[in-house]
Order: sequence, then C-alpha cells, then structure tokens
Amino acid sequence: MDVKDPLVIAGESFTSRLIMGTGGATSLEALDEALAASGTEITTVALRRVDPSARGSIVDLLLRRDIRVLPNTAGCFTAGEAMLTARLAREALDTNWVKLEVIADERTLLPDPVELLDAAERLVDEGFVVLPYTNDDPVLARRLEQVGCAAVMPLGSPIGSGLGIRNPHNIELMVEQASVPVILDAGIGTASDAALAMELGCEAALLASAVTRAHSPALMAEAMRKAVEAGRMARLAGRIPRRRYAEASSPTLGRAEIPV
Amino acid sequence: MKVVVNGTPHEFDEDATVATVVRSFTHAPSGVAVAVNDAVVSRGDWETTALHDDDRIEVLTAVQGG
Repeated sequence: MDVKDPLVIAGESFTSRLIMGTGGATSLEALDEALAASGTEITTVALRRVDPSARGSIVDLLLRRDIRVLPNTAGCFTAGEAMLTARLAREALDTNWVKLEVIADERTLLPDPVELLDAAERLVDEGFVVLPYTNDDPVLARRLEQVGCAAVMPLGSPIGSGLGIRNPHNIELMVEQASVPVILDAGIGTASDAALAMELGCEAALLASAVTRAHSPALMAEAMRKAVEAGRMARLAGRIPRRRYAEASSPTLGRAEIPV
Repeated sequence: MKVVVNGTPHEFDEDATVATVVRSFTHAPSGVAVAVNDAVVSRGDWETTALHDDDRIEVLTAVQGG
C-alpha cells in the first residue's frame, strides 16, 4: 500500500503520513529514537536566537536521518513577524517550505485567522510553499486554499492539550471540499486520535507532544505510526454506515425450530 | 560601535560586519540566519554587510519545536 498510496504535498511524494514535530523532547537522543520509531519523513523545527552554549544540533540529527525539515513560525502573533521568521528560516535551512503559525494568545495558542490569511497570501506571493496551522473552520480553510496554500492543517484541539479531535464534523467538511491535503495538526493525545484523523479523511497527521511527552516516546511513536497506517487503510476500505439498531450478521434463514 | 545582538547591547570594532557578529556568537554557522533591523541578510552578504551604531541584529538557528 505504501508505494501505491503516497502523501503528495506541493508535488513531492512521501511514504509516511505521520509528520512528527520535535518540540518537547527531553534530549536529542530521546528525540532521535522517537523519530526513528515514528518512520516520519517530515519534521518541524522552530527558529530561535542562537545559544552559544548549545550542545548538538537538531539540523545535523535530521540530516543524518534524511528527514525533511519543515520550519515553523511558532510564537509569532502578527503577519509581519511570521513573514520575517519564514524568510529567516528559508535562509537558515535552505527550504521554501514553511509551517505557518500566527497565534492569537499564549493561553489558547489558537490561530489568529485574520493575520494568518494575510501572512499566507503574502508568503505564497514570495514563492513559499505555505502549510498553515489553522482553526477547524472549513470557511477559513477554503480561503487559505484560494490564496495558494499547499495544504491546510486544522487543529483537532489546542496545541499540547491532548484533547483529541473536538469537532470531527468540521474536519470532514474540510476534507470534502479541499483539493489540497488536509493535515490534522495539534491536539492528538494518543493513537486512537491519530487513527480518527485518518478515518475522517485527513491526508496526514502532525503531532509532537503526544510522543515527546509520553512516558515512553519511542513506543508512542511506533503506536502513532501504526495508528496512522491503520486509519488510512480504514478510510480507503470504507467504513460501514452507522445504524440505530442491530443488523444480524448470521443468516436468519434455515434456523432450527426449537420448542420453547 | 554599539549594536544590539539578540536583544543585548554589544560593542564591536568600527569595521565589524555581519560575519564578525556571527563568528562571535556561534561556532556552527550552518543553519544560521541573520536579520539586521528586520531585514534578512543572505549568507553570501555577511562578509560585506557593514554595521552601524544602534543596529538591531538577530542571529537565529533551528531548535526543537512544533
């Protein structure tokens, strides 16, 4: 199935439909182990001021594992900040791909839709491949697609909350209307959340905290890999309709007549 | 010359360039990007980009996140 069913973003194909963020890991060693277990081919990084005392580099680790780096604009509150961060990331990491995050406040980390759409449109104009972290709003998703985003990445619930997918109906609506990949981003707490994202029709799932903050990150990474695969297979297989009452799976014809 | 690097005031020689600042802040310049007064300075221009008093310089690199 892997070879026949690739994830395609902006014309590039990937075998794995699990995108793992690198935030929250206790060490580069723990992260390395989790990344390997997850089978991910794309992973996010943030851009911050250099720390002259830092030991080891996340970029070297990802190069060694041959994992594509997807810089984010985490921590930006305005379109202007996000655009400068994206340009710096392009310079630092030699990629025009960006996970665009423009958040409204620290407490919820919810996207600011007005700033997000503005930044997305302008970064597309500058030649970026824009993957926006967005609200679970089908209308905003449509607008982001219209301005040229290469995917839309709705939250299931707030970043790091582990609350799963709070509005599966909206995610399904987004999937129905989108002609770019819908990637569930944020809120996944455990494997069943990731499987649900795929069953709803998302093309991929992006998660970090659920793995990096798990008791055993590598084991959870493997669970997520399997959940994403299982969810995708179930989506392709087509689930049975939900019914109000039972429908026997054994034939009623030919039953023995047994006196009561 | 007084400039602000990553939010902190620093003193550099009058002939300092962006490259001078990068070298004094990190030994691993790959994966690093620089902005001077909110404009990105491409790696190829670091050696030739002179600094001026009160310039605000950001020296950034990739870290774990998201």
